[in-house]
Amino acid sequence: MVKEKRQIVVPGETVISGNEFLPGDGAYRAGEDVVAGRFGIANIFEKHVRVIPVSGAYYPRRGNTIIGTIVDITFNGWLINFGGAQNAFLPVAEVPMYVNKNEMREFLDFGESVIVKVWDVKSRGVDVSMKMRGFGKVEGGMIISVGPNQVPRIIGKEGSMVKIIKAATGCDVTVGQNGKVWISGKDTDSEVAAKKIIEFIVENSVIIGLTEKVEKMIAEMGLDVEKVEIVAEDTDVEDKE
Amino acid sequence: MMVEGLYTKREDGRKFDEVRPMKAKVGIVPSADGSASFETGKTKAIAVVRGPRTLHPQHMQNAQTGILRVSYGMMPFSVEDRIRPGPNRRSEEISKVTEWALSSVVDLSGFPNTVVDVFVQIPQADAGTRVAGINAAALALAHAGIPMKEMVSAIGVGKIDKTLVVDLNKYEDSIFHDGEGSTDIPVVMTSRTKEIALLQLDGKISVDEFKETIEMAKKACDDILKVQMDALKNVSEESNE
Repeated sequence: MVKEKRQIVVPGETVISGNEFLPGDGAYRAGEDVVAGRFGIANIFEKHVRVIPVSGAYYPRRGNTIIGTIVDITFNGWLINFGGAQNAFLPVAEVPMYVNKNEMREFLDFGESVIVKVWDVKSRGVDVSMKMRGFGKVEGGMIISVGPNQVPRIIGKEGSMVKIIKAATGCDVTVGQNGKVWISGKDTDSEVAAKKIIEFIVENSVIIGLTEKVEKMIAEMGLDVEKVEIVAEDTDVEDKE
Repeated sequence: MMVEGLYTKREDGRKFDEVRPMKAKVGIVPSADGSASFETGKTKAIAVVRGPRTLHPQHMQNAQTGILRVSYGMMPFSVEDRIRPGPNRRSEEISKVTEWALSSVVDLSGFPNTVVDVFVQIPQADAGTRVAGINAAALALAHAGIPMKEMVSAIGVGKIDKTLVVDLNKYEDSIFHDGEGSTDIPVVMTSRTKEIALLQLDGKISVDEFKETIEMAKKACDDILKVQMDALKNVSEESNE
């Protein structure tokens, strides 16, 4: 019997029949059958059935890196809009330094952008933290919006695509799972080059052999992949399943 | 089929139980979380889904579940005489019944205090706009990754003089007045359990005839479901994997 199988399913469609299978995320049981509860790719791993979304809005999950903006300041934290259904909450205790509660605007003000990690997803909201390396306030560079469903493409297999962009432009690239990308480089020219490459990936995300196409494009732009030394592994990108 | 009465042949040459040619497409509005178009003959419907997002005004929020909000509208140029844009009695009614029909399959319990907005627009009308709108809306909701127990398909059935027909066009619905006149029954059916999610009746019909039209609707809904599933399965092949 096949251990792992992938197929596109529509809500209400039977993914697989049999009492031994367990419905997971996006699936439910109806009698003998395990039925898709949303549109996506059905993933059957051993006896566990999940439906992974392929389109639609971003749903935060624990461990995700997200880039958002401060929309409100409460007495004990900040509210961050990241394009999800609710705002994320960043408590004062979850920032890497001591912040006087009377001067919270000094540390993070309205409209400023932050890179944070999703700590907990509850039905009433999302808690985030920036207490780790690679997270914090966004200073300089530019943020571009690509949409949450393109994120796995930009990251590539085990971060390979991000590494290529970093190597070619010398920019620091942080991809938020909510579909925002922060690019920060030495000068605006390299940032624009990185932006162009990312836009190319988004537009051509269908094409098979995307890595080769991107490398070719980089060569055409007059950038050298080999010349630039790959910066140490300080990326905080995870490949989205 | 034995035909008695005045309406012995359909105005556009179709069989009495034949649905107009259908076309469905998913992902037509890139900025939306989910979108779809659905056509039957000359009737066209576009549906756009946005959300889940925080619901304002706050007093409408439900702390236990997200809510669905549907807005239906016909475009000014959709019929021969221009219709005044903006809400009217008819469009408010259709918005509400669409909302009720779709509410029976979507599950927003995972997104409390939020709203999922569905916008249905009719750029071209030739009767059966509410059912075309519901078909498009179901596709758009699935495309937006909203958890749904199953899909819904909708069809208008009815009686022209003494003849039972499927998928009435404008002539059959509102121009034909001879004999017993025309009766039209929009039916919305769920894809898995084959339950009726919406049933309206405009005109006169006997109980036996009514039962027969529901059977005809069931058959037609199966065909529509196939078109809907094809549309969803194809989009994922285009933009993913």
